[in-house]
Amino acid sequence: MGPLLILLILAVALVAWAIMKYNALVTLRNQVANGWKQIDVQLKRRHDLIPNLVNTVKGSMEFEQETLQKVIAARGAAVSATGVADAAAKEGVLSGALGRLFALAESYPSLKSNENVKQLQEELSSTENKIGFARQFYNDIATKFNIALQVFPGNIVARLFAFRPSELFEIKDAGERDVPQVDLSLKK
Amino acid sequence: MPDTHANIFEQQAANRRNTILVMAVFVLFVGFLGFGFDVFLFGFSHGRRAFSGFPIATFAALLLGGVSAYRGLENGARSILDSSGALPAPADDPRYTQLHNVVEEMAIASGLPKPQVYVIPDPDPNAFATGKDPDHACIVVTQGLLDTLDREELQGVVAHEMGHVRNFDIRLMTVIAALIGAVMLLVEFGSRSMRFGTGGRRGSSGRGGGGGGVILLVFWVIGLILAPFISQLLALAVSRQREFLADASGAELTRNPGALASALQKIDAAVEPTRSIKRGTAHLCIANPLGSSLDDREGFFSDLFATHPPIRKRIMILKGMAYQHA
Repeated sequence: MGPLLILLILAVALVAWAIMKYNALVTLRNQVANGWKQIDVQLKRRHDLIPNLVNTVKGSMEFEQETLQKVIAARGAAVSATGVADAAAKEGVLSGALGRLFALAESYPSLKSNENVKQLQEELSSTENKIGFARQFYNDIATKFNIALQVFPGNIVARLFAFRPSELFEIKDAGERDVPQVDLSLKK
Repeated sequence: MPDTHANIFEQQAANRRNTILVMAVFVLFVGFLGFGFDVFLFGFSHGRRAFSGFPIATFAALLLGGVSAYRGLENGARSILDSSGALPAPADDPRYTQLHNVVEEMAIASGLPKPQVYVIPDPDPNAFATGKDPDHACIVVTQGLLDTLDREELQGVVAHEMGHVRNFDIRLMTVIAALIGAVMLLVEFGSRSMRFGTGGRRGSSGRGGGGGGVILLVFWVIGLILAPFISQLLALAVSRQREFLADASGAELTRNPGALASALQKIDAAVEPTRSIKRGTAHLCIANPLGSSLDDREGFFSDLFATHPPIRKRIMILKGMAYQHA
């Protein structure tokens, strides 16, 4: 009777522990999924802001049609991107095009003093930041999830219920690692 | 990284624990005041039945203390905001667009809901965070901070405040601020009644309350005198410890400790005191609003009385982090 009772208590404790571990992993997995959604939300926001920006600067920047076209094309490509790797690459191109546009806008005094442009520039650079921070948070939370999956003895529960590790967000396209080129030489 | 995370969880747990501890000590203190009433006022007026009757004042005081501690937790943020003259910053006001954006960025970086944003119309740069928990948090900055700092520096300061929010520092600090105010009021009330009480006692001094009564009275009076002093020291000690960790949390969120360092330098350079922020809320701020030179010195005395660690030490540590990043 004695040993049986002890075994029973141990078994109950083990099951309780496994349930707790399982629930903690499910919570983390949902946080990871939510972190990924946050990146999407911010990317969508950037896509929505760009037509506004292009319309506002179009009049003053008629000599920079090529740059504007590139931004529009990059946005179109990014909106229709499919899959994580594809989206990452195309969003990278869009970031570069936007960076060039803002660098060029610096040399137009009428644009620099335009309140609308300033507001839009703030919105866009904030969105860029938010994309960056959303990725940073996603990587932090995904790393936490992956560690929870791999450390002993939690990994037994993870294996039992077939949890799969999350992929970290990496810069796939080497071009995005580069800082956009800004020409600081005094032309004119 | 795992190390800082472990630190944050420990800090959150410690803050939750300490909040309960502070509230319990406060309730006991209020009960102690009430006990004094039972013994010295009601006790003497009823002759020798000091301890035999129902201690009604002690009970009432414990109840009152419990209610006001709970109110401190629930409404403390509101009264801190009101007393510092903080106004809500509308999100659609173009003057506050950048501030709102920066707060939202830091909320995303920490994975928390966006706190409410308030601005104090005061020319001195300063900032603090308050609230019950991360779901009910407020970030408050002065107009001077918005005028003095550039975008990255503002981001550094907001990240520091977000660190306080995430670590549950805001709960502890808010409760302490609310209870300091309550202690001040009670001590005022207590010392007035004591004068009245001892006056009554002199009239019936012939009977004598016994040696125990006198010792108790002495303890009661000393407790009354020291309470505001001790509660201030407690607030300062609690605040000093947390500033370093909030700096580190801020750097972890922005991955840009240099910006916070240069923001602190600018805040330090503005020597003027932040007039809108009262003494009772000084420990909440990113830099001492009283403009005290104590914070710049090290040593036992300034360690005991400064609300914040020496700002130069904080800047040095942040610059060290920036160097490691580069």
